[in-house]
Amino acid sequence: MPAPKKDQLIPFYREMLLARRFEERTGQLYVQQKFNGFCHLYIGQEAVSTGCLNAIRKGEDHVISAYRDHVQPMVLGMTPREVMAELLGKSTGCVKGKGGSMHMFSKDLRYYGGHGIVGGQVPLATGIGFKIKYKKEDNVVLCFLGDAAINQGQFHEALNMAAVWKLPCLFIIENNLYGMGTAINRTCALENLADRAKGYAMRGETVDGRDVVKTYTKMTELVEWVRKTSEPVLIDMQTYRLRGHSMSDPGHYRTKEEVTKERERDCLVLLQDVILSKKLATESDFEHWDEETMEVVEDAITFAEESPEPDASEIWTDVFVDEN
Amino acid sequence: MPELSLREALNEALSEEMERDEDIFVMGEEVAEYNGAYKVTKGMLDRFGPERMIDSPISEAGFAGLGVGAAMAGLRPVIEMMTWNFAVQAFDQIINHAAKMLYMSGGQFNVPMVIRGPNGAARGLGAQHSQCLEHMLTNCPGLKIISTVIPADAKGLMKSAIRDNNPVLFLESEMLYGFKGEVPEGEHIIPIGKGDIKREGTDVTVISWNKALLQTLDAAASLAAEDGINVEVIDPRTLMPLDEELIFESVRKTNRLVVVEEGWGVSSFGCYITDRVTTECFDDLDAPPARVSNLFVPMPFNVTLEKEVLPTESRIKEAVKKVLYKD
Ligand SMILES: Cc1ncc(C[n+]2csc(CCOP(=O)(O)OP(=O)(O)O)c2C)c(N)n1
Ligand SMILES: [Mg+2]
Repeated sequence: MPAPKKDQLIPFYREMLLARRFEERTGQLYVQQKFNGFCHLYIGQEAVSTGCLNAIRKGEDHVISAYRDHVQPMVLGMTPREVMAELLGKSTGCVKGKGGSMHMFSKDLRYYGGHGIVGGQVPLATGIGFKIKYKKEDNVVLCFLGDAAINQGQFHEALNMAAVWKLPCLFIIENNLYGMGTAINRTCALENLADRAKGYAMRGETVDGRDVVKTYTKMTELVEWVRKTSEPVLIDMQTYRLRGHSMSDPGHYRTKEEVTKERERDCLVLLQDVILSKKLATESDFEHWDEETMEVVEDAITFAEESPEPDASEIWTDVFVDEN
Repeated sequence: MPELSLREALNEALSEEMERDEDIFVMGEEVAEYNGAYKVTKGMLDRFGPERMIDSPISEAGFAGLGVGAAMAGLRPVIEMMTWNFAVQAFDQIINHAAKMLYMSGGQFNVPMVIRGPNGAARGLGAQHSQCLEHMLTNCPGLKIISTVIPADAKGLMKSAIRDNNPVLFLESEMLYGFKGEVPEGEHIIPIGKGDIKREGTDVTVISWNKALLQTLDAAASLAAEDGINVEVIDPRTLMPLDEELIFESVRKTNRLVVVEEGWGVSSFGCYITDRVTTECFDDLDAPPARVSNLFVPMPFNVTLEKEVLPTESRIKEAVKKVLYKD
């Protein structure tokens, strides 16, 4: 299996650290009412985006996701400035202030959004897979979805079609154990979510999504398998969200002890331990990276805050293409 | 000019476009091996092969969504809904995804997709199979909506719909797939958003489309013959965007408006047309506009009752006489 090389571990860490600090500051800005709407933080799940998105050909392979989407575009190459400006609804945001927290997009990065209807993006991924096969390209599509999205009818329809027509799709369940306040074992009778794949005669895999080394290693294998076979795969990517579902979540559905225990398996801590035990860096390196990261995040915030609001004329653009 | 049925005209448009552009594919239930539930795609599997003519599972939301994703990625899907009633299953994809993708992505991802199929009541199919869905869909910004049964219009508009870079919904009629008319050969294009005067007149403007248009034309002929009333009949052909100017001009001439629509007249597209006319042509109107639509009940199975629930020629004539104060 193609494990990450030693010199990849530090970039992985720094990417995950950026995600973490970015989201922590985003949460603070939200509490300070610097922006509106919903705000779903990615804190705790950083190893999933880093492990998965470094396993693909960035900018060539296709990626689509749900609304917990601040971090994935940055891993693909979007600047923190563009994401932060979008969160604040500014004209310099990645979609000019028309999408907000839940709707980040980048055609250049082949990032297809940022979708707010639970499970609604899954058939879209099947469609992107259909296009890849139709045009005989050797790309794949990564579709991220929440654990609760697997109970949507559209999920079933989309996976069935991907399996029947052998489309190069990787359906990645970011299994953080909860859909809002409802534990997945209260809404899905299966213990092993990857077993859903059996119903479609599809390959199913379970991955420890808190361990970025394991995630990257397994995903590299699966991405190349899908590329070669043009067959889909369903992945139960086991992770945990350390914050509330959204910023308005009081968190009564899980105990403080559970969250405290999960913090011990925080993906950033796990990776830091690996780096230290391999003596790839020292404690002071970590401190230094943290400072640098905070500078990047603060720069993004300043940029976003100083950016202009969209012009009122933007209301009428992008309703239809080729018009206005 | 050759005479073609509505189904043949649609088939010709689809086939000519698929010949022209390899990125176009057709997907839906029974579209390929079975030649289409209503034979609109007859012969197209043989002509274009199974890569481009695709029989789908019965998964309306799924394959509508597949179409959205494929269109975002650069293909030009034509998705057949066996009937629009079943497209209700796909409303999430039509309303929440197709219609909003361009806007939500700040202009980055457009959705060049057509969703087409028969709309409205057939004959005795009961409550779940006899609905007109345009009234719900015209309420959603980001969609273009065409509704027509005239073979030449259907061909010209289908070609425009396929070439359009936005999501276009195309509403046909099961009862009228065999309805014939002259259809120009080859490159016959009708622009989206242009209505058509189907009968010139001076006394009353009647707006109608799809199957109800034919009833309206019959009513107009009989009103002319029996009552000497000269009705102008306008077929918008495209509901979104609506050719408002054509309608306003006609109302400014006749000073009277009737809208005849199949489907339920509560919060309907007819309400929108009368609203636009009363707002823009208030001073031109000599009578309050009248509307004819389905009676506000689920569709009964019994054909005699069904006929009564749908717009009838006699209700159309009554409405015309009412706005002329001849009732
Ligand atoms: C169709 C639909 N129903 C309900 C909601 C409201 N909602 C938003 S997120 C969510 C929970 C989804 O949980 P999951 O899929 O596990 O993703 P996670 O938030 O854990 O990342 C719900 C019910 C929605 N957005 N869409
Ligand atoms: Mg979840």
